[in-house]
Amino acid sequence: MPLSSATPRNKMEARELTLRYGSKVAIKQVSLAIPEHKVTALIGPSGCGKSTFLRSLNRMNDLIPGANHDGSVFLDGRSIHDRSLDVVDLRRRVGMVFQKSNPFPKSIFENVAYGLRVGGLKDKAKLAARVEKSLRGAALWDEVKDRLEESALGLSGGQQQRLCIARALAIEPEVLLMDEPASALDPIATAKIEELIHELKATYTIAIVTHNMQQAARVSDRTAFFYMGELVECGPTEQIFTNPHEKRTEDYVTGKFG
Amino acid sequence: MLDRQAVMQEQDLAPPVALPMLSPAARRRQLKEKAIAALITAVAFTGIAALVLILVFVAKEALLLVTDTAAREEASFSKMFLPQLVRKGKPLAYMWQPVSGVPKVSMIPLFIGTLKTTAVSMLVAVPLGIFGALFAAEFAPRRLREVLKPTIELLAGIPSVVLGFFALMVMASFLQDTFGFTSRLNAVVAGLGLALAIVPVIFTVTEDALTAVPRSYREASLALGATPWETAWKVVLPAAAPGILAACVLGFGRAIGETMIVLMASGNAAIVSANLGDSVRSLSATIAAEMGEVVVGSPHYALLFFIGVELFLFTFILNMLAGVWTKKVIQRLKGGAG
Repeated sequence: MPLSSATPRNKMEARELTLRYGSKVAIKQVSLAIPEHKVTALIGPSGCGKSTFLRSLNRMNDLIPGANHDGSVFLDGRSIHDRSLDVVDLRRRVGMVFQKSNPFPKSIFENVAYGLRVGGLKDKAKLAARVEKSLRGAALWDEVKDRLEESALGLSGGQQQRLCIARALAIEPEVLLMDEPASALDPIATAKIEELIHELKATYTIAIVTHNMQQAARVSDRTAFFYMGELVECGPTEQIFTNPHEKRTEDYVTGKFG
Repeated sequence: MLDRQAVMQEQDLAPPVALPMLSPAARRRQLKEKAIAALITAVAFTGIAALVLILVFVAKEALLLVTDTAAREEASFSKMFLPQLVRKGKPLAYMWQPVSGVPKVSMIPLFIGTLKTTAVSMLVAVPLGIFGALFAAEFAPRRLREVLKPTIELLAGIPSVVLGFFALMVMASFLQDTFGFTSRLNAVVAGLGLALAIVPVIFTVTEDALTAVPRSYREASLALGATPWETAWKVVLPAAAPGILAACVLGFGRAIGETMIVLMASGNAAIVSANLGDSVRSLSATIAAEMGEVVVGSPHYALLFFIGVELFLFTFILNMLAGVWTKKVIQRLKGGAG
């Protein structure tokens, strides 16, 4: 398939990744590339392993007792399971936004500053500047600039989710993983998040899990279709939605099941 | 303005119909509901009434200090709270000697005794309980946690007389050998004995508060590149602050009111001093030790009830302060949302 003149580099690659919870296989031998400065959408019915795959990209699955894996994931060509790569460093480079917005019960400012503080940044002026930059980056600054000291739990659902994005952006990761970031939001808040994703891909590499196929079609450059723990098909979003090679993909994107 | 009539007609909404009488079945159901609600209310109020009656009884007996002339003479408030001339030619002093030719009824030595034992026990039990709970909730492997929690809860079930006996026989000798206390039984021994009793309380309540912190907070923190320790210290602990405060208040209530351990291990000498190595007599142990021999209706009798009122007031005030503080913390955590 012809690619645009500057072939995008693969920021992350999963190679033959199998992940089990105990003995239950959640994803089977998935090999998938996440190209740099592109949005890769992971779609598929519930329980197909797309969220598990996303969470394995920054090793969040390590937290689940009994989770184990074969194969590996590479970040800039280095295995993220290698002993020489500390998981804390990995997570600073591969940030994550969760399905349900989960701001800390702290002030708006402290939420965004948290990642910077644990990263060792103490200088108050620098902290304030980075917080502002991140909030602007998440298109939230104008709405919260006068109430930075108020609790983040007082924000609306859409604002909370953008705060979580701002919090993830603050530590300037290279990759941003988003696990159904708009599934709990109303259409207006969703539109804002999608707009934001468009802007962010200039700076970040993004992988997004979504249930919403229109959303995948709107925001992503590439789409990967997961079914029953397997990667069925992946390719440019337009091709997946208009001319899929696999019957299962076609059935899913046309709404015959799912 | 909308024409309501037109809106209703346009949607083909029916005009209101007069309701028929309540069916007998529905009436019976409603009556039954009401009867059950009344019963539950009555039971609840019985419990509250019992508590209020206890309080009224204790306060009534203590009131003799005001109403009874002999008691007013012997145990006036100035005698209870201000330094008194104990012996000619000696400086004024605080002394608790309620049974004596000239009764000396200063509350100050008892306050100091309770303060010292409670302070020692809280200083030991709060960090132990909180860090133990933090370990169990955040760092212990699942198997260990499943053993740890029931074990510590079992410790809460040990009768205080057994803890007191242990403090009296084992800890007292060990601490004296180690630190060279002049009095074998003192505030440190009693305080540590009390700590044995309140660590499980603080541990259990704190552990519950920590496990109630949503997993999403931990995930968010770890995903931002925080270590498990940073997550526990900066996210989980603050989010559980109201519960941890409640744990400390509960522990404090137990420490200030606990009688048997203090009675056995404190030495029961009403001494005014700042030295933790001196024997002490606490408010609660004083009631327990003296109530058996007191003449009913005497000033001494009223004094012991007054001590009960004081104990009640201390816990009440502390609970209130803690309540206010908890509300503030929750307000700060939740903001306008909560």
